Amino acid sequence: MPRWFYQLASPRWCYGITGKLLPVFAVLAAVLLLGGTVWALLFAPADYQQGNSFRIIYIHVPSAILAQSCYMLMAIAGAIGLIWKMKVADMVAKSCAPIGASMALLALATGAIWGKPTWGSWWVWDARLTSMLILLFLYFGIMALHAAIEDATTAAQSTAVLALVGLVNIPIIKYSVEWWNTLHQPATFKLTERPAMPAEMWLPLLVMVLGFYCFFAVSLMLRLRHEILARERRAGWVRELVECR
Amino acid sequence: MSEMATNKPAAALERRPGTFRAALKRDLLLAFRNRRDLVNPLVFFLMVATLFPLGVSPEPAFLAELAPGLVWVAALLATLLSMDSLFRADFEDGTLEQALLSPQPLMLVVLARVTAHWVMTGLPLTLMAPLLGLMLFLPAEGMPGLMLSLLLGTPTLSLIGAIGAALTVGLRKGGMLISLLVLPLYIPVLIFGSGAVQAAVTGLPLAGYLALLGAMLALGLVLAPLAIAAALRISVSG
Amino acid sequence: MGEALLKVEKLFCERDDRILFDGLSFEVHAGEVLQIEGQNGSGKTTLLRILSGLSRNFDGEIYWRGESLAGVMHDYRASLLYFGHQPGVKATLTPEENLNWYAALHPDIDAAGIGEALERVGLAGYEDVPCHNLSAGQHRRVSLARLYLSRAPLWILDEPFTAIDKKGVAEKEQLILSHAARGGAAILTTHHELTMTGLRRINLDHRAGTS
Repeated sequence: MPRWFYQLASPRWCYGITGKLLPVFAVLAAVLLLGGTVWALLFAPADYQQGNSFRIIYIHVPSAILAQSCYMLMAIAGAIGLIWKMKVADMVAKSCAPIGASMALLALATGAIWGKPTWGSWWVWDARLTSMLILLFLYFGIMALHAAIEDATTAAQSTAVLALVGLVNIPIIKYSVEWWNTLHQPATFKLTERPAMPAEMWLPLLVMVLGFYCFFAVSLMLRLRHEILARERRAGWVRELVECR
Repeated sequence: MSEMATNKPAAALERRPGTFRAALKRDLLLAFRNRRDLVNPLVFFLMVATLFPLGVSPEPAFLAELAPGLVWVAALLATLLSMDSLFRADFEDGTLEQALLSPQPLMLVVLARVTAHWVMTGLPLTLMAPLLGLMLFLPAEGMPGLMLSLLLGTPTLSLIGAIGAALTVGLRKGGMLISLLVLPLYIPVLIFGSGAVQAAVTGLPLAGYLALLGAMLALGLVLAPLAIAAALRISVSG
Repeated sequence: MGEALLKVEKLFCERDDRILFDGLSFEVHAGEVLQIEGQNGSGKTTLLRILSGLSRNFDGEIYWRGESLAGVMHDYRASLLYFGHQPGVKATLTPEENLNWYAALHPDIDAAGIGEALERVGLAGYEDVPCHNLSAGQHRRVSLARLYLSRAPLWILDEPFTAIDKKGVAEKEQLILSHAARGGAAILTTHHELTMTGLRRINLDHRAGTS
């Protein structure tokens, strides 16, 4: 195992490094989100079919992508915490859940707002929206389980198992829901293939996605630092930190 | 040297072949001694199915259209409600601790428990399903699809539900929580299960759906006992 | 003295923001009987659950025959008899059925000895009576019958004498002593005044360290 892996395992080291990274990512997130929004709303061309209403994808798509990545990270961090008994990984997993849930909620809300002009109703049982709804349910389950267990270690391990079970199930759920509803729009944006959108449309989307990732990093680090302080409150270095203030 | 010192690891590693059988026998015996409880999920199944004609419409054509989904949703909820007690009694009387401390693979003990649960709920639900099909005017062509899909789908429901039961066994407020954990994971089974019945009604081939349900069952049989065993160790440790 | 059967190093455990013990180290050798003492809430049951491998929420190291416990878990479980807070007896099963199930979980146990073991704990004639018809003391005796069946070298017993009469306690003490004499070891907690000789004691009070 490389050295950085063990360093990551130290809450104190993690607290220090996130303290240094936080401002960098905060500036990046602000610049990317602000620039991306201005570009997307003012300069990107309107869709020839949907007009200006399509511009909501600049929030909808990044939040949907984030909701899924966040689940991945949560499950992987949970697995690391389970296998190597790494406290910091447990804390990362715990910090991920509410962020991922809010991203899923944002994706659903923007999907509904987008649905009104596009399909004529706030909610349509579209495959991708339904999958996102089920992902939100998975997040709710994980947060409810975490809240129900008092002991922090047990809670982290239990939710890690549940997150891993969910991770195995997500492709099955996605496949089954897609099969159930074949009347969905093709995926808007895939990193692996060249999108059908013109560059002046997807470039701002890319900027927004990157901005969302930076924003996610910022909120994850904030939550993680809070979690570290709360869990390590009896450790000497946390006391020193408090006394220095 | 004493007789204890001769207790070599090699001897300890030798596994008695009958662990699964002995555990299954015990679980079935327990279920048989508490047989009054076995009726509860079946009555619940029946009651849920009665709610739809009363709450929506008794019109045969309308009900016939909804029947595949209704019977499946009712079976799913009946299974779900029976899950909470799966490990609770064993947890409270200390037999779960003893199972966890056995040198025999915990997965076998767990698999026996889930098998017994399915024999006591999923199987009777499957056998009772045609009655609900009749009540909801499911066309006769749909019956084989209904029974086959439930036969392949309910074991998967038991396996997934057992993960939720294992995660919540140490918690006092398990009942509601287990639904939150497990229901999203039940969705694929529901989709393909009711899909199979619909296909049977409209005369489309069933094999594809049954193969998918079978594949999910196979995956569940391989992975769920792992997750259940891990979850039990965590829950008891806490 | 040879290598310790069980060796505990720098055990640390906290529950509900309270440190139960910190820097707890001891060894258990073959032939020893160790009594864990302490007031209610001092962490006796928690310690026994940690030693049995049931509870994993602790820091520190436990070695079984010189090897880290996590690596030899299967071996350890085969060498352990654990009598927990709950006796581990199914009320709807008969004493015999209960012990048969236990025997199935432990390959070293010969199921043919179950009848004799039940006789030794004074439950002869009760083989076919469901346990919910038995008294609390009889309930625990069903579980204690495992002591006569098991060939496991390490016994971990949490309050084994609760609801057992004086004569029964004396018998069980003898049993534990002869287990130790055969090269076994036992770790136990009890509220009874024990009469056995050669008992080693560890007190958990004031074990909470310097915090």
